[in-house]
Amino acid sequence: MQQYVNHIHRCFRCGYCKFPTHYVEFNCPPYKRFRFDTYSTGGRLWLTRAWLNNEVEWSERLAEILYTCTMCKNCTEQCPMGFAPDIVDWIVGARNDMVEKGKIPPRVAHFFEAVHGYGNPLKLLRSDRAAWANGTKKYARGDDYLLYVGCLGSYDENGQKVARSLVDVLNAAGVSFGILGEDEECCGNEIYMLGEAGLFQVLAEKNINKFKELEAKKVVTLCPHAYNAMKNHYPALGGSFQVYHYTQLLADLIGKGKLKLSSSKAKVTYQDPCFLGRYNQVYEEPRRVLKSIPGIELVEMERSRKDSFCCGGGGGNFVMDLLAGSEESPSRVRVREAHATGADTLAVACPSCLTMLTDAAKSEDLQGKLAVKDIAQIVKESLASEM
Amino acid sequence: MLELKFDKKKCADCKAVSCLVKCQYIDLNKTEAKKEWQKVINGEDSFVLDACTTCYACEEYCPFGNHPFYLIVERQEEKNVLAAPRALIKQWVNMCAPSGKFMLGDVKEKTASLCFMPRLGSLAQGKLFEDVATSWILGAEFFCNAVYLHFSRMSVIKERLPKIIDNISKQGIKELICLHDECYATYNSLAPAYGIDVPFKTIHYMEHLYQKLKENKAKIKPLNVKAAYQRNCSTRLVPQIDHFVDDIFGLIGVTRLDREYDRENALCCGALIWASKGYDAGHDVQQRNIDDMEKHGAEYCVFNCPACWDPLAEKVANRGIKPIHMIDLCKLAMGEEQALKLPEMPLEV
Amino acid sequence: MADVYESLVGIVGKNFVSNSKEERYFYARDPGLMPPHEPDYVVMPKTTEEVQQIVKLANRERVPIVPMGGGMALTGLVIPLKGGIVMDMKRMDKILEVNEKARYVVVEGGVPQGMLKEHLKKHHPDLRHSIPESPPITTIAANVVIHGQGRLTQQYGFNSDMVNGLEVVLPTGEICKIGSCAVSPYWFSKGPPMPDLSGLFLGWLGTTGIITKLGLKLYPRKKLKDMEIFVTDNGDLMPDIIYKITQLEVVEDLTPWTQPRPRMFEGNYHVSIFFTGDTEEELEFKRKMVWYGLKEYIDSKDGGFMMIPAELKATFMANPAKSMTNFADVRKGGGFEYSGPIIPTELYPSFVKKAEELAARYRVVQNCSGRVIQGGHCMMFSFAFTFNRADMDEMDRARKALHDAAEYALEKGGVLWKPTIFEQKMMIQRMDPNTLKLMKSIKRLLDPNGIMNPGNWEVN
Repeated sequence: MQQYVNHIHRCFRCGYCKFPTHYVEFNCPPYKRFRFDTYSTGGRLWLTRAWLNNEVEWSERLAEILYTCTMCKNCTEQCPMGFAPDIVDWIVGARNDMVEKGKIPPRVAHFFEAVHGYGNPLKLLRSDRAAWANGTKKYARGDDYLLYVGCLGSYDENGQKVARSLVDVLNAAGVSFGILGEDEECCGNEIYMLGEAGLFQVLAEKNINKFKELEAKKVVTLCPHAYNAMKNHYPALGGSFQVYHYTQLLADLIGKGKLKLSSSKAKVTYQDPCFLGRYNQVYEEPRRVLKSIPGIELVEMERSRKDSFCCGGGGGNFVMDLLAGSEESPSRVRVREAHATGADTLAVACPSCLTMLTDAAKSEDLQGKLAVKDIAQIVKESLASEM
Repeated sequence: MLELKFDKKKCADCKAVSCLVKCQYIDLNKTEAKKEWQKVINGEDSFVLDACTTCYACEEYCPFGNHPFYLIVERQEEKNVLAAPRALIKQWVNMCAPSGKFMLGDVKEKTASLCFMPRLGSLAQGKLFEDVATSWILGAEFFCNAVYLHFSRMSVIKERLPKIIDNISKQGIKELICLHDECYATYNSLAPAYGIDVPFKTIHYMEHLYQKLKENKAKIKPLNVKAAYQRNCSTRLVPQIDHFVDDIFGLIGVTRLDREYDRENALCCGALIWASKGYDAGHDVQQRNIDDMEKHGAEYCVFNCPACWDPLAEKVANRGIKPIHMIDLCKLAMGEEQALKLPEMPLEV
Repeated sequence: MADVYESLVGIVGKNFVSNSKEERYFYARDPGLMPPHEPDYVVMPKTTEEVQQIVKLANRERVPIVPMGGGMALTGLVIPLKGGIVMDMKRMDKILEVNEKARYVVVEGGVPQGMLKEHLKKHHPDLRHSIPESPPITTIAANVVIHGQGRLTQQYGFNSDMVNGLEVVLPTGEICKIGSCAVSPYWFSKGPPMPDLSGLFLGWLGTTGIITKLGLKLYPRKKLKDMEIFVTDNGDLMPDIIYKITQLEVVEDLTPWTQPRPRMFEGNYHVSIFFTGDTEEELEFKRKMVWYGLKEYIDSKDGGFMMIPAELKATFMANPAKSMTNFADVRKGGGFEYSGPIIPTELYPSFVKKAEELAARYRVVQNCSGRVIQGGHCMMFSFAFTFNRADMDEMDRARKALHDAAEYALEKGGVLWKPTIFEQKMMIQRMDPNTLKLMKSIKRLLDPNGIMNPGNWEVN
């Protein structure tokens, strides 16, 4: 991480990071929300450098600027420079430094405390982690898949609905799987992104050891954040298992005829989650799942795939909500964009997106006009007549 | 000091003077050709040196293998007759100068050469290349240098080629799969013509494809299409590989159209004719070639050389003929995707 | 000063004013070589009325104002030399009207180039505007204020020539309409048939008022586009080459360029020629005309058209040219600045030689590009030098190279475009005294309290 210190001066603040591939709208969530150039990636990098050089002292505003980045990776996608792939690492590196010095916004500190103390950022009891499960089987050696539910799937009201729907779908497909229940540990993706490298390592190693103990070879995650952490960061810490996002598994099951889907008439648009799309180039499987449901018409938003606009929930902001409070909050902008397609349903594949966009739809007075649903829920609904 | 293995006596005994009589761009009868060719041999001024379009065909036409085209290139340089505008000669000499920036895959005794064309890397993927896809070399240090035949710069070839061969050899390579037809031509025609030893075996990519297709015969789904084969300049230096086109087509269900501008009468892609002779000459060559493809009902235009792609691919596509490289054609027959394609979106205005 | 802050909050709301160190640090700088000067406040108005109120406040309190677009002019033009208020215009981002038949658009003062481009592509696909090579965040208004150029400049002139009217907030706070829009609901002209007052604002670098709306000419968007690159090793031929091409009257954009790297470009002079058409036949006809127009050079081997691989062509044709931004990272240092004098085309070869000489003398990496303006009446020539922002010595050398370049340009008869304050002073020293006097009178009349981007065009 420290190598960012030697490179961060290379940002030209050209502003390409503010846009998607086609300059139709601003695609950097904090820039869209706050509009000061300081809140764009260029601003963030220049200020980080200034802080390192002691030209600017740490302040809560500086920390806020650094932590309002949702880590959506649009800047990496759009930056024309050779160092573009490293930008997210630089921001994580700067956050590492702030964490080490104890210079972080209070909300970030609370996030860490909650995960450290309760195993989840919502500060809910560990013993309630499997309260959603309704007797869903725990993973046993020999099961094909370990279903990793994650914090939002376990505790968030919307997330729990997704978890239950997915369990029903997997059961309908005859998949051999189990969950960890209360033994599940936070995946640590947000902790990593927020710069608490030490806590991330602890969480990751706990999960890795658990998976090893259970000899789990295939892990399927509910949440793209967990998918990202396990795919890209766990291997360096000894994780050696295959990891899938559940939409990849569903696409495979549907392709093999393991799921019988009945007609479900809806005009659906799809929100590419950052940690599935830009981070891991998983764009087609979720779409394949949706398109395989008879009656569903899939329409794309103007900004989709690698140009998708982040819901604003990344970087822990689905809890910390540093970008809330405005018509230009990213989630509100996004539901307006979804509604403009004429869709009656906004499909998501991430519990963070689900929560952020559900709340935004309420703020935009779109209840009854735009339903926000996870793909697992949509598939479950199309199974309803079969079950 | 490398010298061309040219035997004056062979030309003296030659009755047909095919090198000039068959030339597609110079109109001479045998008597005129004999006289004019003698001037070239003697190192005198001859309009041939300026009129030459560097299509390489006379190398193929000469029944004695006496390298008439290489002699023309030598004479052009001696007499400062430029085969292309000076600035373009400079550009190419600079562009492919070794500079220490090369890339190596997992180099083994049998390795593929991507020459100096990254495109070849994306072409050579899939089942037909699974045993060599990770073993490759790429860079100006491995560039075959044949292109300088187009630029009246045999001196550059003579200076760089021995080092290139040495660079390849130093990698421990014993068998080099030449993904670029020009590379194969360099090591099998140009190097021997100057007595340059090539200490490794060379395999033309078409030979490799043919072998692999035979091994995977069960997986082939015949394409049942008609194709115009775009026979490029460097094939003229190694016409002995031409049969692989027919062999491969036979395996994958492609009909090689028996058209006017194929085999010995092929027309080159025209890129250097545009550059050196101007709009009318370049346009005429391409127009006749594509008209011929269309007239014979070509569904595909199959390229041997990825460098011919830029001057021709879009033009054939505009006439409803699908451009495709030979490697990609074989991959299609294997149920794999085409790698070298025209951009899907038009360039924005 | 606390009162000024509270007053600004009262005008735009707390969320759109800052006197925090973070904003003051960032808005004190641009990615060029100008030393920083911090503002006291950064404010982001949303409406003309808010702009007006801020200007009135600034007059009352004698606080400088610097209006700002994307901040990518690179010559320090929006660095607040005397502190005060930086007015970031980018919240005024509405596209107000497109009149298709009259081919113009009316935009607010903070609309970015990129957004207008996309808006037209989506809603008015037959029309386009003259897009500069600067990043898409740069604004239409700022570009015309500095007499920017774009892809249609060879055909139609500076981008400021394409203005069809303005709404400005004068330094004294009045809102003023300039052009046909002062009398008519249509924005079809920036002056004629009335006295052309747009010249009071275009080219003044924000020292005579703030553009809150502008009308901009639009042009036909053809269906197809292609390009050729003509190359010669003899730079002295370039003025004639440019002349011959412009004589044809068929090309859209004409950009001569040289650069030492990558090596394939070393030692040669290039000119990129862009042309458009609605059909393949039209495109091919124009290509033929261009080739015929330069045939003599091909025949004499003095020049030729290079082969352009598909990947390279896509890079050249992108508009704006994203790849140009990469020049900033050649030294792994995130910086470049250029001096872009406007010169007659006949001076091009000597300017290229000068750029090479300066690069060698000051050990900096250069690239020269240019753009022919309106059929070749003049051209923009860019002495661009890249530097490593973390290397003070290199930055200093680049500064010196640019200074010498500017001096040379003036000495040879060029006029400096979007000049730094130092270059402005150089030009002021050379300027006709009555011209200077006139500029002084205009500034005094429009900005009696000297609040507008002070330090620039200091003709007083």
